[in-house]
Amino acid sequence: MSALEVSGLQKSFGGLRVTREVNLSVEPGERRLIIGPNGAGKTTLFSLITGELRPDAGSIRLFGREIVRVPSRRRAHLGLARTYQIITLFQRETLLHNVMLSLLGLSGLRWNPFRRFAQQAALIEAGRAALARVGLLDMADRPLSDTSYGERRRVEIAMGLAQNPKVLLLDEPFAGLSIEERRDVQGLLASIPHDVTIVMIEHDMDVALEFAERITVLHFGEVVVEGSRAEVVAHPKTREIYLGE
Amino acid sequence: MNLWLLAANSIAFGGLLFLLSAGFALIFGLMRIPNLTHGSLFMLGAYFGVSLISWGVGFWLAALAGGVGVAVLGGLIERLLLRRLPGAELAQVLVTLGLSFMIADACLMQWGGDPISIETPAALRGASRVAGVAFPTYRLGVIVIAVAFAVVLWAMLERTRLGAMIRAGVDDPMMARAVGIRVPLLFTLVFCLGSGLAGFAGVIGGPILSVYPGLDQDMLPLALVVVILGGSGSLVGAFVGSFVVGVLYNFGQALLPELAYVVLFLPMLVVLVVRPAGLFGRSSP
Amino acid sequence: MRRLAALGSLLLALGLLASLPAWIGNSYYVNIASQVLLYAVFALGLNVIVGYAGLVSLGHAGLFGIAAYSGAILITAGYGHFVAIAGALVVTLGVAALFAVLALRGTGLGFVMITVALGQIVWGVAYRWISLTNGDNGVSITSRPAPFGLSLVDANPFYWATLVVFLVAVAAIAIFVASPFGASLRGTRDQPRRMNALGYNVWLIRFLAFLFSGLWSGVAGLLFLYYNQFVSPQTVALTASAEVLLMVISGGTATLLGPIAGALLVVIMKNVASGYIERWNFVLGAIFVAIVIFMPEGLVPGSLRLWRWATRRRRQHPAGPAAMAPVPHGSINGGAQ
Repeated sequence: MSALEVSGLQKSFGGLRVTREVNLSVEPGERRLIIGPNGAGKTTLFSLITGELRPDAGSIRLFGREIVRVPSRRRAHLGLARTYQIITLFQRETLLHNVMLSLLGLSGLRWNPFRRFAQQAALIEAGRAALARVGLLDMADRPLSDTSYGERRRVEIAMGLAQNPKVLLLDEPFAGLSIEERRDVQGLLASIPHDVTIVMIEHDMDVALEFAERITVLHFGEVVVEGSRAEVVAHPKTREIYLGE
Repeated sequence: MNLWLLAANSIAFGGLLFLLSAGFALIFGLMRIPNLTHGSLFMLGAYFGVSLISWGVGFWLAALAGGVGVAVLGGLIERLLLRRLPGAELAQVLVTLGLSFMIADACLMQWGGDPISIETPAALRGASRVAGVAFPTYRLGVIVIAVAFAVVLWAMLERTRLGAMIRAGVDDPMMARAVGIRVPLLFTLVFCLGSGLAGFAGVIGGPILSVYPGLDQDMLPLALVVVILGGSGSLVGAFVGSFVVGVLYNFGQALLPELAYVVLFLPMLVVLVVRPAGLFGRSSP
Repeated sequence: MRRLAALGSLLLALGLLASLPAWIGNSYYVNIASQVLLYAVFALGLNVIVGYAGLVSLGHAGLFGIAAYSGAILITAGYGHFVAIAGALVVTLGVAALFAVLALRGTGLGFVMITVALGQIVWGVAYRWISLTNGDNGVSITSRPAPFGLSLVDANPFYWATLVVFLVAVAAIAIFVASPFGASLRGTRDQPRRMNALGYNVWLIRFLAFLFSGLWSGVAGLLFLYYNQFVSPQTVALTASAEVLLMVISGGTATLLGPIAGALLVVIMKNVASGYIERWNFVLGAIFVAIVIFMPEGLVPGSLRLWRWATRRRRQHPAGPAAMAPVPHGSINGGAQ
């Protein structure tokens, strides 16, 4: 059974068909890279998978379960997490609070109006563990607004990992990072155990190719090439799209 | 009450509402400001008319001058206050709210607490027979004026360069700015135009509604309902919405006087639940 | 040590509040203190939705007034105070639920407009449905409740009763805001889409917060009814909604002390202003405009900012010219959502 199976997915905005017909099958534990030029519909595909956008047609299965009609917030509870290309964190709060919010989202405690959020030992412990995983534990009590861009990228990933997802969607986790920071994030991604399936959108081919086992090339809302690293790199269509040959 | 008369009153009231809410809808559509002074500008226009007429100015000239006076005031509000809060929509709403209280109190000081009626212009007194039924001539006149303004506004929006710029601004303010439309100037112009229409409507409405403290609070919710019904930035929506509200309000008052307000707001609630963008508004993506 | 100091100042504040009638003496001022407390409860309730949910309501006087009217109508119909209070709160919660369902169809400006319209419906009903509400003349009640046999007729006992309700409200809202649910609510204010993707039901969180806000508005409405023993359409007018919003904004949104400071400020200004000029509404409007333009983050944080800025300037340039200090984020001028 595939961890994530997308078939016949379509989405248009007005007359513009952003997702024409996407079919995608990702095996459990796989690292899948999605590449494509700007406007290929990569982020839209993520938003369709997480349910932030409603597709016009098609099916999305998570470990065999049809989720296309499941509301976005329920999909998080089914083990689907994502990070965002444009950082959407809680600016006024501390790093720990950010990660704790991510944990709280899957906990029944989120409806509790009586206890003190800042004293929930289990959440604090898990939140600190998630920050430790991305190497930010010593900054846990700093407000997010006092952190660098690279650190925020890592907080994004920590929030995704904190939910202990079965499938993690990473939208350009290397965007805007320095070379050193890239290396950090690369190591971080490599350390994620293989019981988490990862689908990643990335422009930086060097780091991305090293990470992914299989690659899907998206162009004008369609899958044009799919295969192993070597197959995709050698494929004439890839060269056509990327090198304009 | 005679059913025909009620219908004529409803339509005439709808016409007045159109003059009031066309400006409200354009300002909201273009600038994203629910201008809560709009009812006050209507009332202020009416009081201007009262004073001008008492100084011997003719009714129609007073209506025009009232409109122009309120338009200038609207332009000042936009330039001096709203302009200082670019992009802060909520702050702009609160400023218009504060101003509405100030205008209301200033009117109370200047013109006192008693209702003042404006005399119907001599030429339009009495009744006219249309298709064998007698209608008050002035109300027919108001309907004609409203329809004429609707046509002129529509032509301006659809046929002129200014109109094209306003439409572009309503559709996509960022894009309008990017293609070189002077959006700040456009904002001032539309604010003047919308305010002026409200002020003009206030004088025109005088012979029907008279002028009294609280007129602003009576009219503002009506304009809100019209725009919620018709959708923001839509002239057609404002037109249809005005007549729907005009009919509901008048029939509600005649048939269910105690619940007129509830009757008036019911369709708004239905539209909100079914189609939050309004009947003629584009639903946001 | 710091905890001890905090506890000490809390006890001192409680002591001062409780003994206030003793050192104020004059029952006129004790009554003003009661007014401050009841409006503080109202402002604290509104702040739940304005400050912590980030949704600006201009219809809350409708909820406040519905509680007052329901209570008054039940009492004049011959029911006891207990039934009237319970019934009024149930009605208020029901109406708050309806308000929330409708207003939450929009966010940002849409929410503001719908709450204005809903508030005006309540006003229209209060003003026009004469057989129920007695129209412009309002509804009067002749008695105040006497909990545990203590009469609340005089100014001092009424003040103490109001103080007890106020303290309960402060405690309840403080606990609510610091709770996991409170953290969820603030999350929906700052990043609603992200919260949804994290597994939160953003709509339901906002809905429940609106009910909580409506509950305290209702409690304040009942205090208002018993304080004045009278309620009229004036109570539910747009100006009343604007007044309480001014309290929240002027004191500083999303803080616990802000709405209390705002209530103190507005009630005192209103009472002082009405002693000298007739035109309270004009003053109210002018303050509104001035605060929004010059101190958008509220008077308390705004004054602190100006003060810090001024003292720092003085140290750097002994006679620096006065220019506006930069406005930090998190104010109502923070821009479009």
